[in-house]
Order: sequence, then structure tokens, then C-alpha cells
Amino acid sequence: MYILPSSVASPLVSWLNGQRLLREQLPFPDEDIAAAVQAGLLHEQPGLIKTARAWRCVRCGNDDPHLFASFPCARCGSDCTYCRKCLVMGRIGTCTRLVHAALLLPSERYEAPFTWDGELSAAQAEAAQAVCQAVLDRSELTVWAVCGAGKTEILFPAIAAALENGERVCLATPRIDVVRELAPRFRQAFPRVPLAVWHGGSEERGRIAPLVLSTTHQLLRAYRAFDVMIIDEVDAFPYSVEPMLEYAASQARKEQSSLIYLTATPSRVWQLDIRRGRRNAAVIPARYHGCPLPVPAFEWCGNWRKRLERGRLPQNVLAWVLRRLEQGKQAFLFVPRIDELEAVTRLLQRVNPTIVGVHAEAPDRAEHVQAFRDGRVPLLVTTTILERGVTVPNIDVAVLGAEDRIFTESALVQIAGRVGRHAAFPDGDVRFFHHGKTNAMVRARRHILRMNEEAKKRGLLRR
Amino acid sequence: MNCLLCHSPYNPIANWRQLLFLEDFDVLCPRCRGAFQLIDGRLCEMCGRSLEESAPSICADCLDWEEDERWRGVLAKNRSVYVYNEWMKEVIALWKFRGDYVVAEAFRQPLTAVFRRDFGSGWQLVPIPLSAERLHERGFNQAEALARLLPLPSVPWLARKHSEKQSKKSRRERLETDNPFFLSGHPPINGKRIVLIDDIYTTGVTVRHAARVLLEAGAAEVGSLTLVRA
Ligand SMILES: [Zn+2]
Ligand SMILES: [Zn+2]
Ligand SMILES: [Zn+2]
Ligand SMILES: [Zn+2]
Repeated sequence: MYILPSSVASPLVSWLNGQRLLREQLPFPDEDIAAAVQAGLLHEQPGLIKTARAWRCVRCGNDDPHLFASFPCARCGSDCTYCRKCLVMGRIGTCTRLVHAALLLPSERYEAPFTWDGELSAAQAEAAQAVCQAVLDRSELTVWAVCGAGKTEILFPAIAAALENGERVCLATPRIDVVRELAPRFRQAFPRVPLAVWHGGSEERGRIAPLVLSTTHQLLRAYRAFDVMIIDEVDAFPYSVEPMLEYAASQARKEQSSLIYLTATPSRVWQLDIRRGRRNAAVIPARYHGCPLPVPAFEWCGNWRKRLERGRLPQNVLAWVLRRLEQGKQAFLFVPRIDELEAVTRLLQRVNPTIVGVHAEAPDRAEHVQAFRDGRVPLLVTTTILERGVTVPNIDVAVLGAEDRIFTESALVQIAGRVGRHAAFPDGDVRFFHHGKTNAMVRARRHILRMNEEAKKRGLLRR
Repeated sequence: MNCLLCHSPYNPIANWRQLLFLEDFDVLCPRCRGAFQLIDGRLCEMCGRSLEESAPSICADCLDWEEDERWRGVLAKNRSVYVYNEWMKEVIALWKFRGDYVVAEAFRQPLTAVFRRDFGSGWQLVPIPLSAERLHERGFNQAEALARLLPLPSVPWLARKHSEKQSKKSRRERLETDNPFFLSGHPPINGKRIVLIDDIYTTGVTVRHAARVLLEAGAAEVGSLTLVRA
């Protein structure tokens, strides 16, 4: 692609740089836009495309007929279909058009951009080498790293190499709290490199920088902008990565670019492909502290839902909770649904009134999580992994109703992954209370055992 | 079926009656529906907000209006469906500002019920218009979307001048400013009973400005029906 020096490019092109937006979102007179389109400086695309089933949204990739609706549109005077999935980014309908610049302004090179004095473990160093190679080859790589392996540091050497080459790097994740948490770590590691943080509440969203951290939705703004695309789906529990993130990444990266997936719990298909060598992968089976992952124990607890209706908890579950309270050891108790969370919390509060229940949509969630982190709450009943930052050093975890469909293999692996992350307390109890063992439970346990075996085989364990 | 708002699956058939009499089923799951709060109990006779059992039949705000001789009797009455709670604020933001038009479907049944209870077929529906600029920006007029839910046709008898956003001004200032509404063409208003349709009744200025234009053009009576009483 021929790249104009930035002084020659029109203000429209440099303003749009690397973004694809709705035509009406451009703060320029319509005549200017039309002229730029005419001159080939801007490209226009329809917002929606007709498919055999219904429609496809060009911006977010949605093609589920249930997520389209229509309305009598005052702009075009006819019935317009619109995408309900990416409304946050401005409504995109049959009469709206997407605009992007035909050329991308070049990025600067950064000499020795990297100032990090931490040390990588042997397993991390091996994976970091694989990431460097993928970035160099502009190829695809999956980094399969257990919970607590220290994934972020693995990326640093490869990112540094890309920045030295004048390439643009983007890390995208479904979760806004991950973006917020990573920003200071990246700023510290790359102090002289401009970093843009894209999420719904940030002023700099959409601004192209050599380093970009973005949520799924905001990534929809970028088009053919990045040389290195990293998809971090850490702790996306309980929902596996939305197909939207995949799509957004495919649009945001350049055609010639590298694609790095970071995951603790790849899907079964991916696991199989990795094992058979059909998917290029770097596996980190051990935690940074070199102790094996705690293996979940299964314990039958009868028809707990029926007991709960009668206002009681299964004996062994209650005993497990009482034990932690006695020992003064903090614990998570996972339950499948919000109404069950409320019932269980009410029952446990009779035993200890400082126990709290929190679910993902609870308005006072942040407060309770902070109280738990401060040690003011002995046990947290919850339906979901709350935040990535909730790594309480010394903790046990139990699941009540581990047989429920919501607890997939990856959800259970993530739950078990809460325990023993800190080097000072690498062990802990992981217990799945169930009313009938499921395949997901068995696979989760096997998943963890396999990782421990491989870590041992590769000599990555300290004990 | 999946809920129109939260997209989670639910069973829309609440009872056998619904199946037997082919009643419309709800497009919302019970959780989302339950988060809206209907206005019920004793109402202010003028503006339709709920009142304490012991309160006088007209609220203090409406008393202000009726004591002002320039505005006395301009609005026959207002009736609204829902309370403006946090949930409603969120839903309105999605519907009106993000432009998720189809959300209006969730209001069809309750809005129709209030229309039948407090107005009826003797009234002519007129949606509160948007200015041409705002209409272009938003793509649709939310008041018109509500009017379309009702079982009678509505008529575009009013138009609106573009003015700065209302919320920046005080009530007094808004009253003094020029009326933004004017007649659209030469509609056959004479002797008609008209019900204005809008999304929110806050201070009552908007519907009274519109009502005055219609009364001056010969309407017999003008009331208003809004989704929300703020
Ligand atoms: Zn879309
Ligand atoms: Zn249109
Ligand atoms: Zn719902
Ligand atoms: Zn009143």
C-alpha cells in the first residue's frame, strides 16, 4: 500500500486514521466527505449486508435474525433494518454507511522501548520466545497458560520488538476491568511509547496509537490498523468469548499481521487441535511460582435444590463452610443462579451475619468485593468470577451444584484457578458439591491433572 | 422466546386463558417487566401522578398552573403509564437515545390499556413532533412511535421549531420563551377533542405549549397521554 506522508494527507484522512465509523459520525461537512470519497481518499461501505438468512452487520458481524429490528426511518423515508447488537456505537441501519480512510498514516519507530526488570520463569521465557517468532512471521499463535501463569509478561519482549519496527500493537479483551488493570502495567513497561486506552468511558477511544488496549465494543472502531493483534480472554467466565470479539479483531488487524490468543481454557476443539499439532500453540502448564494446580475433589450432596426449598443446606456443604469459618480461612462459594445465591446467602447469614452474596449485576458488588479483599467478609457467595483482580492470597473454593449446565469445563477450570495463586500459599481446597457427576466436571479435573503432568514432565515444578 | 430487553430465554405463556383467548403474550421476561412501576392508586386529577390517600385532588404543581390565568384550563388532563424509576431511565436511554426503536413494543399493552381507560375512541391522536433537525439526528420521533402502538390512527397536525435543549433553562424561562409549536398545514381541528402523545411529562410545559396552539385553532379540548410521569 502506498502511504502518504502525514503532511500531505487531508485532515479527514489523518482524523480518521485507522478508524471505520458511520459517515454521520465524522465531524466534517458533508461536501468534504463526498469530495474525499470521490478522490479515493476515503472508502465507503454499506452498514448492513443482505444474507440468505437475514442480514449481516458489517461493523460487528452480527447475523442473528433476532438481533435485527426495523423502524420507519426519517432519514431515508422507508423502513430501515438496524443492528441491535452494536447500538452502543451508534445505530447502524440499511441507510447508514461506514467510512474508512484508504491509507493509514505510518507509525514511528521506538528505540529500546522496553524498561522491565522483572524475570521470566523458564516456562514463561519459552512462551515469550514463541510469541516473538509469531510476531516476526506475522502468523497465528495460541498461548495456553494456566490460571496464575503470568501471561502479561510473556508478551513484553514481542511487543518491544514490534514497536522497534514501527508496528502497531493492540490487546483486546471482553472485560473493561482487565483493560483498566493492564494500562498502568503497560505504561510502566513502555514508558516512552504513546498508549491509548479504549473503553466506553475513555476520551481517547478510537485514537490510534502504537499501543492500544481495547474492550470488544471499542475495537469495532478500528479497521485494518494493527500489525500485532492480541486477544486476551482471561477469565471471560461464565461466557466464552463473544463471537463479536473474534470478528472485531479480524477487522481491526491488517491483512498481513500476527494474531495472538491468550487463554487459560481453550475450547475442546482447540484443545484437540493443539494436541494434534493442527494449531500453533505455546502451552504454559505451570504457575509462575512452580507449584502444581490444586486438583478439585468431587463430593455428592444429594438433591440440594429440594433441600434449599425447605430452607436447609446439605450437611456436607454446611460442614465445609463451618470448617472454614472455624479456621478463619476465607472462601468462595459458587452457586448456579441468582435466586439460589440469595437463598444460600440468607441461610449462611444465620450462621455468620458477615457472610455476603454478590452477583455480576449487583449494584453494590464493588463494595462487597473490596470488603472481601480486606478480609472483613469471611465467605463470599457468588455466581460468577467477579474481577480478575480478586486474587485473595489464601483461599478455598467450593461449588454448590457443580452439575448445573452453567458450569462448563472452562468455567470449572477458572473457578479452581482462583486457589493457590500466591507463592506464599500455593495450596488450597477446591471442592465440587454435586447431585450427579457431569462430563464437564470430569473434563475439568482431567484438564487440571494433565497440566500438572505436563509441567512435571517438562521439569517446571519445584516440588 | 427471548426477552426483548435482556435477551434471556423465558416462557411467554403465563396461563391457559392466554392461549384460549389468543391474548397477546408479553415480549419481556417477568424480571424485566417487573422492574417497571405502573402508576396506580389515587391520581392527581390534572397531571395523573399518584397522590397520598389524604392529599387534595389536585397536586401543588397543577395548582400553580390552574392559578395562572394565562394557562388555566389549557390542558384538560394528563395521564401517564409508568413511574420514572431508574430502570425506566435506562430503558428510555436505550430506546430514545441509542435508537433501539423496537423497544417500544414493550409499551404496547400497558399504553393501550391506559388510553382505553382514560380517553377512548372519541379522541384524536396527535403526537408531539420533533424539529426537523432533531428528527434527522434521531431517525425517528419517539412520540410517534408510541402513537403507532395505539389502535387509532394519529395525525401530524403539529410541527416544531428547532430550539436549544430545554433542560438548560428554568421552568420560568421555558414558559416565557416562544412556543416552539405551530400548525402543520391547515388541519380540520375545529371542535375536535385531541389527545397529545409524548414519552415523558415532566413539568407539563411541552404539552401545554402544544395544547395552546391547538385550542387557538379551534380544538374543543386537549389532553395528553405520556408513557412516563417524571
Ligand atoms: Zn452490529
Ligand atoms: Zn434509513
Ligand atoms: Zn428480560
Ligand atoms: Zn398534578
